[in-house]
Amino acid sequence: MLRFAVRRLMQLVPILLGLSILLFFWVRALPGGPAVALLGERATPEKIAQINRIYGLDRPWYEQYVSFLERAVQLNFGSSIRTQRPVTEEFLRLFPATVELSLAAGIFAVGLGIPLGYLAARRHTTLLDNLSVTGSLIGVTVPVFFLGYLLRYVFAVKLGWLPATGRQDSREFLDAAHPTGFYVLDGILTGNPAAAWDAAKHLILPGIALGTIPLAIITRITRASVLDVVHEDYVRTAEAKGLLKRTITRRHVLRNAMLPVITVTGLQVGLLLSGAVLTETVFAFDGVGRFLNLAISNRDFSVIQGFILIIAVIVVVVNLLVDIAYGLVDPRVRAR
Amino acid sequence: MGTGTSEELDLGQAPGRPGRAAYDGPLLAVDDLSVTFTRRGRRDVRAVDGVSFAIRPGETVGLVGESGSGKSVTALAVMGLLPRRGVRVGGSVRLEGEELLGASDDRLRDLRGREMAMVFQDPMTSLNPVVSIGVQVTEVLRRHRDMTREQAAVEAASLLRRVGIPDPVRRLKDYPHQLSGGMRQRALIASALACRPRLLICDEPTTALDVTIQAQILDLLRQLVRESGTALLMITHDLGVVAGLCDTVHVMYSGRVVESAPRRPLFGAPRHPYTGGLLASIPRLDAPRGAPLHPIQGSPNDTIPWEGGCAFAPRCEHRVDACTTSAPALEVRGDASVRCWNPLPPPGRAAAAPEEGT
Repeated sequence: MLRFAVRRLMQLVPILLGLSILLFFWVRALPGGPAVALLGERATPEKIAQINRIYGLDRPWYEQYVSFLERAVQLNFGSSIRTQRPVTEEFLRLFPATVELSLAAGIFAVGLGIPLGYLAARRHTTLLDNLSVTGSLIGVTVPVFFLGYLLRYVFAVKLGWLPATGRQDSREFLDAAHPTGFYVLDGILTGNPAAAWDAAKHLILPGIALGTIPLAIITRITRASVLDVVHEDYVRTAEAKGLLKRTITRRHVLRNAMLPVITVTGLQVGLLLSGAVLTETVFAFDGVGRFLNLAISNRDFSVIQGFILIIAVIVVVVNLLVDIAYGLVDPRVRAR
Repeated sequence: MGTGTSEELDLGQAPGRPGRAAYDGPLLAVDDLSVTFTRRGRRDVRAVDGVSFAIRPGETVGLVGESGSGKSVTALAVMGLLPRRGVRVGGSVRLEGEELLGASDDRLRDLRGREMAMVFQDPMTSLNPVVSIGVQVTEVLRRHRDMTREQAAVEAASLLRRVGIPDPVRRLKDYPHQLSGGMRQRALIASALACRPRLLICDEPTTALDVTIQAQILDLLRQLVRESGTALLMITHDLGVVAGLCDTVHVMYSGRVVESAPRRPLFGAPRHPYTGGLLASIPRLDAPRGAPLHPIQGSPNDTIPWEGGCAFAPRCEHRVDACTTSAPALEVRGDASVRCWNPLPPPGRAAAAPEEGT
C-alpha cells in the first residue's frame, strides 16, 4: 500500500513539470498582458515597459521559467499583481470556501445520485428509470454557468427563497468570527447557529449548480452498475440461500455495484474544482475559482500559475486517496 | 450402492424440525410443471412443458439433457428463483406436500437455504468476489439457524473441513480469488449444506472444473448425500456423472421428459432413441483405435414444436411417419417411461444387459 502511494506520488513530478511548462506559455500567449490589464486605457509603451521591468517580464522566457521553477519548488509562486499578497497565502485564505462548496456539491451528487441510480435500476424499464436516464442526460449537457444563472434567477431573484450571492449575509454577520475559514463549521464552533445556517443557505444554490453534472454521472454509473450486478451469479447464489432481501441488497448487490461508482466519484473531484471557477463567478462566491477567474481577466500570471499547479496536486492526491479507498472495498485490488 | 468407506460425517437431520413425522409421500413432487418465457413483441417460448417427477427422501435423481433442454429452468422453478416478470409457471411443485408455486416470497426465502439448497455450475462467478468466504458460509447459518457470529464461525470452519478444505479457519478469512476452482465449489457446497437441507439441487456442479477435480467433487457429493440422507437432484449433460451417482434418471429433450428410468435399465437398455444416441456418442476406452464416434445428427436447433409431432424427430434415426404428425405421450414400457412412437427394442431382443438388484 505504501509503495503504491509513493509510486503514485512520484507520478506527480512529470505531471507538474509538464503542466508548469504548458501554463507558463499559455498565460504568456494571452492577448495583452499584466501591464496592459493593470494600466487599462492609460497604457503607454513607456509605462508598460516600466511595469514589465518591475515584474521581471522583460527578461528572456527561459530565465523567467527557471526562476519561476526555482521558487515554485519552495511553494513560493510570487505575489498577486492585483492584491500584492503572496499567491500561497491567497490560496490558503480562499481554499476553505471552495472545499465547502465542493463538499456541498459532492454531498448533493452522491447523496442523491446513488439512491436514484439504484432505484432506477431496480425499476428498470419503468417510468422512474426512463426519467432518470433522460434527466441525467440533460444533467450532463447543461452548462454549469447556465444552470447557475437559472437557479439564481428562479430561486433567489424571483422566489426569494435563497440568497443569490456571497458566502454569508455580510450585513447581519459582519463580525462573525472565522477561525477555520469554513463558514458553516465556524458558525458551529463559535456557538453561532444562525451564522452557520446562513452560510449553509448560501451553499444550496451553488452546490446544486456545481453538483448537477456529477449527480448525472453518478446516477448513470450507479444504475448501469446495479443492473450489471443483479444479474451476476453470486446474487442468484445469495437468493438460493434464502437470505433476506436487505442482506442481498447491502452485501451482495451494493457492495459490488459501488466499485465503479467509487472510481467515478473520485474522478469528479477534478470536475468539481474546474466547475467551481464558473459557479463561484456566477454566485459571487469568494473562493479559489472566482479568484482564479479574476486573475485570468487581469493577466495575473503568478496567481494563474500558482493556483492551477496547487489544484493539480490536490486532484492527484484526492484520486490517490480514492484508489486507496477502492482497495479497502475490493480485496482483489488489495492483494496486489 | 455399497457401504461408506469414508469417515462418518455428521450431517444428519437438523434438530427440531416440526410436524414432519406424519408425512410419508415423496420429498419433492413436481407435477405437470411448465415454464413459459414471455417477451413483448416476441413469440412465447415454452422452456419446460409438462414435466413431472418425484424424489424420495435420500434419493439421487438425475435430470439429463443438452443445453436448452429445460433442465436448469426446471431447477430454478423448483427453487422459486425464476424472475417474476416475463415468466409464466404452471403445474405444481410440492416439497413435503407443501405447494411451492404461488407460495409467498417470505415463505420461499425461509425454505431456500434451509430445506432446499442449490449449487450452481460456475464456482468462479457464483461466489461474491468482495465478500470473504467466511461470511458467505456463515450468512446462511445466521439467517436460518439463528446462530451468533461466533457460533456460525465455528460451524463454518467445521463445514469447510467436512467438504475437504484444508486449514479452514484461515480459509474463512480468504476471498474467492484466493481459492482454486475446486476449492470454491467445495465452499459453495459447504454453504449449501450448512443448514442440512432435505433437498440439494446441483446444476452442472462439475462442468466448469477440470477432470480430476470433477471426480473429487462428485465423490464428495456422493459421500455427503449418503451420510446426511439429503435427497439430490443432479442436473447434468454428462451421462458419466449420472452413471456414478443417480438412482433414477429423467432424460429431457426440448422441454419435455422423453425417458424416465432407474439407472441400470437406462444404461443397459435405453428405450428412447435420444437416450440411445446419447449413450452411443460417449467415447469408449475399449473401442478400437481410430473407431469413429457416433454423434447424434444435427443440433438442438433442429427441433419441431411438440404440438406437431416429436421434437426429436428431425434428428432421429428411428423416425416413423407418426413422429412428424402427432406428439407421443409418456408411456410406461417395462422399467421405463418413454415418450416415443417407435422406441428401441427392449432388453430381450437387444444385447442383454446384466441384471442386478437395487
